[in-house]
Amino acid sequence: MDWRRFGFIALIIAILFSVMVLIGRVQTSPIVIVTSMMATTIAVATPLTLGALSGIFCERAGVVNIGIEGMMLAAAFFGWLASIYLNHVYKFAPLPSLIGGVVAAVLTGGLFALLHALLSVTFKVDQIIGGTVINILAVGITGFLNRQLFFEEGSIFGGDVPHAPGTLPRIAIPILADFPVVGRIFDQQPITFAAILLVMVTHFVLFYTRWGLRTRAVGEHPRAADTVGISVERVRYMNVVIGGLMAGLGGAYFTLESVSSFEPLMTNGRGFISLAAMIFGNWTPFGAWAAALIFGAAQALQINMQFFREVIPPQLAILQISYVVGLAPYILTMIILTGIVGKTVPPAADGQPYEK
Amino acid sequence: MTDEIVLQAKGITKRFPGVLANDRVDFDLCKGEIHALLGENGAGKTTLMNILYGLYRPDAGEIWVNGRQVTLHSPRDSIRLGIGMVHQHFMLVPVFTVTENIMLGAETLHREMGGMPVTGWQRWWQTIQLDVLDRQGVAKKIAELSHQYGLDVDPDAMVGDLPVGIQQRVEIVKALYRQANILILDEPTAVLTPQEAEELFRIMNQLRERGVSIIFITHKLKEVMAVADRITVMRAGRVVGTVTPQATDEAQLASMMVGRNVILTVEKKPTQAGEEVLRVEGLRIRDARGLEAVRGVSFSIRAGEILGIAGVQGNGQTELVEALTGLRLPHAGRILIAGRELEDLSPRAILEAGTAHIPEDRQRHGLVLPYAVADNLVLCTYYQPPFGVRSVLQPKAIDSYAGRLIQDFDIRTPSAYVAASKLSGGNQQKVVVARELSRPIRLLIANQPTRGLDVGSIEYIHREIVAMRDQGIAVLLVSAELDEIMALADRIAVMYRGQIVAEVDAQSARREQIGLWMAGVHD
Repeated sequence: MDWRRFGFIALIIAILFSVMVLIGRVQTSPIVIVTSMMATTIAVATPLTLGALSGIFCERAGVVNIGIEGMMLAAAFFGWLASIYLNHVYKFAPLPSLIGGVVAAVLTGGLFALLHALLSVTFKVDQIIGGTVINILAVGITGFLNRQLFFEEGSIFGGDVPHAPGTLPRIAIPILADFPVVGRIFDQQPITFAAILLVMVTHFVLFYTRWGLRTRAVGEHPRAADTVGISVERVRYMNVVIGGLMAGLGGAYFTLESVSSFEPLMTNGRGFISLAAMIFGNWTPFGAWAAALIFGAAQALQINMQFFREVIPPQLAILQISYVVGLAPYILTMIILTGIVGKTVPPAADGQPYEK
Repeated sequence: MTDEIVLQAKGITKRFPGVLANDRVDFDLCKGEIHALLGENGAGKTTLMNILYGLYRPDAGEIWVNGRQVTLHSPRDSIRLGIGMVHQHFMLVPVFTVTENIMLGAETLHREMGGMPVTGWQRWWQTIQLDVLDRQGVAKKIAELSHQYGLDVDPDAMVGDLPVGIQQRVEIVKALYRQANILILDEPTAVLTPQEAEELFRIMNQLRERGVSIIFITHKLKEVMAVADRITVMRAGRVVGTVTPQATDEAQLASMMVGRNVILTVEKKPTQAGEEVLRVEGLRIRDARGLEAVRGVSFSIRAGEILGIAGVQGNGQTELVEALTGLRLPHAGRILIAGRELEDLSPRAILEAGTAHIPEDRQRHGLVLPYAVADNLVLCTYYQPPFGVRSVLQPKAIDSYAGRLIQDFDIRTPSAYVAASKLSGGNQQKVVVARELSRPIRLLIANQPTRGLDVGSIEYIHREIVAMRDQGIAVLLVSAELDEIMALADRIAVMYRGQIVAEVDAQSARREQIGLWMAGVHD
């Protein structure tokens, strides 16, 4: 990750923040707006960060994973379903139900990843096709079960969607969260904190441990790894599954942390945006996180804009149309992927099945 | 060298679909000897070594290491038994440092390096591979090893930035780091300059004196005679025999390799150079990354002479040939064919000006592999009568033309309608040669025309090139094999870092001097 790239990311985020401040300052003090934007940015970037980490684990080991979108969607659904079951059928309290839901979501991601590993490592299926299979499968399964379980007559919940046990509670970091105004940034929900922690852990694992050295070797030159006695298949399986667990946690964000309900297709392309973040971050955890924050900032702009709809100056009237602002993250993805800041270099063996 | 046998293969047999790669092969290696394994491409040398290194499992046969029978399931097993292998294509990760490459797969804990016991929880981190790498400790050990064996490497250098000769050294240190006392070197000199090869032989001798036993795989006879203690020759999956260099000569080894008598030297008459055919002035070309790969090259070739361009691969030869054949646009300089400057530098314009091209990579640039042999034979002329009439191909004309070329050039193929990918390397090259040489041409550009071919095919291609010259065609021969240049060229130009650093008459050229020029040493 080079400084030019970080500079570019900082610039884009600064521009997005400035737009918000310029519009909102007639009503609210700039500091409050910036703080609120920061807090939202970090929170909204969570699934993107986790998705990007998922991609990093897979692709650093040489397996392209475009199924992250599907893994997240499936995880969001099954995590949510598990929390409802625990809460309503087994009568657990809301918090344990939610935690159980997170565990279920993470495992769902891992299970789908296991399928991806089976297809791409063992059966050497084209990895893009393997990923597409997972995306289609996830849309189908979640849509079908959602209808069957909740909306059909005679289904378990009798055609009536029960109340979900809510969302994960905020955790305020002591001292830091007590600061006036900026304290809000350190007052987030657990998956958001976990994502940031995992960025650091992933960086450490990839670049400072035996595991990371072997993973990167397998992604760059699998034959070289094979000749020194490293099992390419095993390393790929493990990393794809770990990637799946990450995507699963990212999926949990949607139904257990952000809102307390499931809607078909609710991941809405976030899995693909996280792949863009991974690429823009040059397959490094911190780079990917920084890129995820750009998309987070774009969404934060959209969310915050709603509070200031009345004060948008007439010359910016176009921003009053919510879907114009809503397009921002997707347009940013396209701009960024055109390679504005230099070329990124994927792992050399990315996407290539290993043949002895 | 002692009589103590450290490694022995007994009756090794390995079958691949359709090929018997190793047929009851016996091979043994004594302590502290350099045992050369000689054979053509496809003779089964590399298969045998991959079996001894645990990459393949033999279908039958036994392997004995240090007097004990062993089963090798993976390279891990052979590494543990002290076998190290330097592969023909280096097994190094270009974006890793020397240290990272050497430690890969044999990483150790900080405490182990310091000779301290490993405690319970550290053992646990190690089991799940989350223990922290000790780069400094390993770098120190590498420095010690390189000092001990005279193998100078910088532990912190990025491998991709190192020249191939040094990368090979890294591979050797990598094996020594794993305490290898049996070293398999698979075609180690294929990528080296003559000077680098000399350096490698020095290192090999030094290792032998320290009791390391070396298996040296090659198909170059000179080298075998120079460094080996014993020579085993393989042909078509079988061992033909084992001899010592004192009791044999190159001609005998060559006939053992090929199975018939081979003419090693190319017969050629003195050149009858005529008028100038190709003239290149101040050519500058950028490579795919936008860097200037050819920096102001000028030369000329006359009819009936062969200009050989010697040089280590990657010094701009590829780009030069690409520009001369229209595959890459130069950004400065002129190309004149028969005195006329080419306005249109497209491949077809160059081709129609009478240029033939035998490309460096026949599979990528010489042939359309899934196409039939017949179609490949008319790739340059399919649009002209008699093969193409008003944009419609004429199968009958193509068929009879292909049949004639297959016979004339002795292309071994079941039929003219077999995909080119199904042919052996030598026969694929014959398809390219047949197509290019049976058109009316006045300039032949041959880039590495014999790379990866066996002795028999090399002999054939060399004869064709000399025959072309004798018919009054100007030939530009680019090769990284200095022997090939020395044998064929009438004049020799040496390329180094995108420039022609020297040009000499072939008769007065000295091998050593050209080797120095190739390495960039100038007196």
